[in-house]
Amino acid sequence: MDKPLTQNIKPDLSAVTLDDYRRTGGYEGWAKALKDMAPMDVIEAVKDAGLRGRGGAGFPTGVKWSLVPQGESAGQKYVVVNADEMEPGTFKDRLLMEADPHQLIEGVAIAAYAVQADTAYIFLRGEYHLSARRLEQALAEARSAGYLGKNILGSGFDLEIHLHTSAGRYICGEETALLNSLEGKRAIPRAKPPYPQTSGLWGRPTVVNNVETLCNVPHIIRNGVDWYRGLGRGEDAGTKLFGVSGRVKKPGLWELPMGTPVRVLIEECAGGMRDGYTLRGFLPGGGSTDFLLPEHLDLPMDFGAMMKAGSRLGTGTMVVLDDRTCPVRMVLNLERFFAQESCGWCTPCRDGLPWVVELLEGLVAGRGRPEDLDLLEQLARLMGPGNTFCALAPGAAAPLQSALKYFRPDFERYLKPASSARVA
Amino acid sequence: MANITIDGQTHEVEAGDNLLKICLSLGLDLPYFCWHPALGSVGACRQCAVVQYRDESDTHGRLVMACMTPVTDGLRVSLEAPEAREFRASVIEFLMTNHPHDCPVCEEGGECHLQDMTVMTGHTFRRYSGLKRTHRNQYLGPFINHEMNRCIACYRCVRLYRDYSGGRDLDVFASRNKVYFGRFEDGVLESEFSGNLVEVCPTGVFTDRTFSAHYVRKWDLQHAPSVCVHCGVGCNTSPGERYGTLRRIVNRYNGEVNGYFLCDRGRFGYGFVNSERRIREPMLRGEPVSGETALTHLQGLLGGHTIGIGSPRASLEANFALRELVGAEHFYAGLAQGEASLAAAILEVLRHWPVHVPSLSEVEQADAVLALGEDVANTAPRLALALRQSVRNRAFERADRLKIPRWQDAAVREAAQDDKSPLFVATPSATRLDDIAEAIYRGTPEAIARLGFAIARRIDTNAPAVSDLPPEDALLAERIGDSLAAAARPLIVSGIACGSLATVRAAANIALALSNRREGGAIDLCYVAPECNTLGLAMMDGRSVQEAFAAAKTRDVNTVIILENDLYRRADGGAVDSFFNGTRHVVVVDHIRHGTAAKAQLLLPGSTFAETEGTLVSFEGRAQRFYSVMPGSGEIRDSWRWLADAGAKRWANVDALTAACAAAFPEFGPIRHAAPPAGFRIEGEKIPRQPHRYSGRTAMNAHRDVHEPKPPDDPDSALAFSMEGASVEVPPALLPFVWAPRWNSNQQAVNKFQDEVGGALRGGDPGVRLLESPEMPEPRWFDEVPSCLRDETRWRAIPLYHVFGSEELSVLSPPLAERLSAAYAALHPEDAEKLGVAEFLAVRLNERLIRLPLRLEPSLPRGAVGLSAGLPGLLRTDFPAWIAIETGRGEP
Repeated sequence: MDKPLTQNIKPDLSAVTLDDYRRTGGYEGWAKALKDMAPMDVIEAVKDAGLRGRGGAGFPTGVKWSLVPQGESAGQKYVVVNADEMEPGTFKDRLLMEADPHQLIEGVAIAAYAVQADTAYIFLRGEYHLSARRLEQALAEARSAGYLGKNILGSGFDLEIHLHTSAGRYICGEETALLNSLEGKRAIPRAKPPYPQTSGLWGRPTVVNNVETLCNVPHIIRNGVDWYRGLGRGEDAGTKLFGVSGRVKKPGLWELPMGTPVRVLIEECAGGMRDGYTLRGFLPGGGSTDFLLPEHLDLPMDFGAMMKAGSRLGTGTMVVLDDRTCPVRMVLNLERFFAQESCGWCTPCRDGLPWVVELLEGLVAGRGRPEDLDLLEQLARLMGPGNTFCALAPGAAAPLQSALKYFRPDFERYLKPASSARVA
Repeated sequence: MANITIDGQTHEVEAGDNLLKICLSLGLDLPYFCWHPALGSVGACRQCAVVQYRDESDTHGRLVMACMTPVTDGLRVSLEAPEAREFRASVIEFLMTNHPHDCPVCEEGGECHLQDMTVMTGHTFRRYSGLKRTHRNQYLGPFINHEMNRCIACYRCVRLYRDYSGGRDLDVFASRNKVYFGRFEDGVLESEFSGNLVEVCPTGVFTDRTFSAHYVRKWDLQHAPSVCVHCGVGCNTSPGERYGTLRRIVNRYNGEVNGYFLCDRGRFGYGFVNSERRIREPMLRGEPVSGETALTHLQGLLGGHTIGIGSPRASLEANFALRELVGAEHFYAGLAQGEASLAAAILEVLRHWPVHVPSLSEVEQADAVLALGEDVANTAPRLALALRQSVRNRAFERADRLKIPRWQDAAVREAAQDDKSPLFVATPSATRLDDIAEAIYRGTPEAIARLGFAIARRIDTNAPAVSDLPPEDALLAERIGDSLAAAARPLIVSGIACGSLATVRAAANIALALSNRREGGAIDLCYVAPECNTLGLAMMDGRSVQEAFAAAKTRDVNTVIILENDLYRRADGGAVDSFFNGTRHVVVVDHIRHGTAAKAQLLLPGSTFAETEGTLVSFEGRAQRFYSVMPGSGEIRDSWRWLADAGAKRWANVDALTAACAAAFPEFGPIRHAAPPAGFRIEGEKIPRQPHRYSGRTAMNAHRDVHEPKPPDDPDSALAFSMEGASVEVPPALLPFVWAPRWNSNQQAVNKFQDEVGGALRGGDPGVRLLESPEMPEPRWFDEVPSCLRDETRWRAIPLYHVFGSEELSVLSPPLAERLSAAYAALHPEDAEKLGVAEFLAVRLNERLIRLPLRLEPSLPRGAVGLSAGLPGLLRTDFPAWIAIETGRGEP
């Protein structure tokens, strides 16, 4: 029971059926919430458990729920699942949805009960065809078993969960752009405040949570706050899916306690670097987090420690940089993605990212000028948090600015004419 | 109030507003793009960045966008902090990575907000060395050019066109740095407010295509404060002239009237001033004569019985001069019979009933609206735009409850979704307000009037009852009545163009019923007047063209003097012809050749609005002064001067005439204060009509005379046809154009002329209201509720109006003429089928049979024939109520 999120997942990654799910206590949390707990009790439990958002920002989930207006006058409310997993290097939600879809459905149901929403949407990345099929299947099972629908388990509470498959933009992972997209509008973020809890989907109070976040909820309700807090190794509670990709021996995904050191992930779980490669650095939480170095290997993977080291826990799925991959080209690859995925709403992101790409392309093509590195540094700074409308550009700036900090000689090497095309 | 600190200076300002607006209102130069006082904040462009500090000890601060920052007590910010300045310059640098360096050939140059902001932020050196993205441009119709490469993606165009104006066919496509603002395919922009794109676009993506045809830089245009002559709303305009031709019209801000926006008829309808159809010299029996000969001849005609016919498109002064020339008892207002009787009924209500005619800014405050009978979108488009804003009041209330500031535009719209304040539209056929209406009613004018009477009765049971109302109409009347009664600021809109006295009276009854529920408080009531001075002329004298014809039958007329009026638009052609046949001498003073001018023995070249001064009274009862943009060329004279010079009364200047007019009609007393007098001076100097950068003064006449000519005198105003004079602290009514150091674009420079940005002009918005404090004897209900009997032998004629086409002068503008259709008749498809007509319809108007192309209009009531009003081929707007259809004669 130290790996609640993945406990049911079968070795062949086939979907856990309703019966399988129930065998290990599935939907007990849902039944308990409906029978024994008031909505506020659920919110308090999630708050006390210390669950923080697993989508990247780490906002305390219970606090988010408590900001939703309660009572008769609050009117229509929604729960929206952010399943638009598009962060470069991230594939954790996909596993949870493909292999154990009922766990997510139960989490959504409990969240909906907590905020008293009778409608929920799962906003799913368009390319996740298998997740879509398995979620549809699980939703149908849950409906016929009476876990969804009208007067669920005789409680008087109604809930319908709809699956919406995205048309495919990275920006839809930004929760307010997701809401716009779900409404059929252009996928551009909204200004905050007002937060979705006040004015979200169709202007109604809405909670948007990441898939993995919600998958934690049934376990908290079923097993209690103390149990959950005890799962964490460091300052944060619970377990988390951590991933490693790059030139390691066994790239993959593992459920481990929050606060597991980076070294455990890379050296034990992923089996260390492939033969002939050494570790130069890593993006700890996906493409939009800052590079960290081998010297950071003993840091725990939790929100505070990563922040302190100058990066972010992000999605907890790290991308490893080896010594035979050019960090400049790796950053260029990332920046092309971010420039492509800019929604076009605010100036620094829309026009700044293509400029970054232009400079990096010039650099690797041997057209770089010495002042370009300072310019790249300046552009990364100008696209920092608060300067842009949403977090896309600051996320794009993170690998760029940290690469300039840690791997500056690699950039400078491109400035020397003859060596432009060659990498060490 | 809140005390805030900006760069160490403390200011006491309104709490809750956004910091950008506050900074601009304080006179600080803070660059911005995506914000607009009428459109609110969305935080897209990131141009208005400032540094905000937590408290006095915080020296680091953080960047925030001023437009998205609510002002709270103790707020500390810096505009000048190096990181703020660097960031603002960098935003321009980002925008410039794609913006072409085509200022020398861009028509926005010289009044470009992007140029201004670029200079203001200090971005001067280009570091981006890559390729610029390019776009394909679109054909958007005769009004607007499209040059997408210049786009800086501020999103103001789509927010104005879609969110503010309700347009559907302009949108933003694609994403990242490829965002594209245009139509889904090439084609004419549908919205009648498309011209505002020209001013709202901060750069040269959308420019004025009519201006392109004879383009000059803004600084080379001579301007004057003017008032639009193409409907009764009285929007303030700033027309520009060069080399004797009127080149364009831009908005002139008036916080109470048009604010920042005009309709396309007003903006692009100016071409008649330059038209081939201008009357440029006096003509006596078809031969050109000198002005003096013409005047002498006119004086000779005045001996016998002389009558004068005035015009609702001429100024009060010109009409009054005619009235003085022929005598009050021989002066006819020149309105059609139907218009005149409706105008008289309206004036009775406005003068004596507990009603208040709201300004457009007050219209926007209404929280429940009933449009009764009038197709406002076609007869008074700018009013329709104000009504479109009024339905947002419920959104604002919801935003208040959610603590979302009203200026946070996208958030307010998101929170409100489709929740709107009620607008009820009861018109004979579909209107362009239907899309925001809570309920729509279609019926004949009688049915609409009956609905109106029933609404009044629902609100106040003392109002006359309506018998035999269909049950569904009765339910609707209850719904509308209850909605209006529950509103804090209900508004009733009707008008003259609906052609139904009963409707006008029903609207008044509703207002009275509402007033009775609030112990006599004045209720907002708008009656749309079709022309720029209909209301003013009606206040002067209500007698119609038809009454002139009738009088001519009882006493032979020696001479009729017709002022700026084509009688064929006012009366049946046969009646006009027989009037002319019975009149010995026909004298016409006008600026445009038309059917009536063709009948004149003596034709005198009068002035358009661009060449004369005068006062117009809008539907609001607001008297506003307009000024000549340029002197009349050649023999063109002020219309009033021809009339004044012909008679014994010699007024020294237009002020003297205005004063005489005010003295003759006590109600006109305030018009003398509509604008400062001709003798007004600033530090002893007149106000220049030309910007101080006006070029070519010494060269533009050099081919005629190398000596620089003295600028023409202007005895009629405090304005000078010159670039010299005083241009600071100009009273708003005399502002020819807006310009301020560092602010060259019209929509933005006006910030510098307001104490509160988006509020009144400093010194007060121009115009004086004439019907301000009505005497209120006990009004008596109008109790003639019309019956709604169908006449099986005749058809109810219903005038159908067109924003582009129904107005006389604007259709002479070639770009606008491209938007016209020919005259037509319309029937409900089932009526057409019953009659067996498909392509043409023959109707008998008076004794004449007219064959018109047929349109099928499913929104028309059964038993009605819609007739296009004012379109070429069927000029009259004043149809008989009932007409006959000749079947079997329509098809070719």
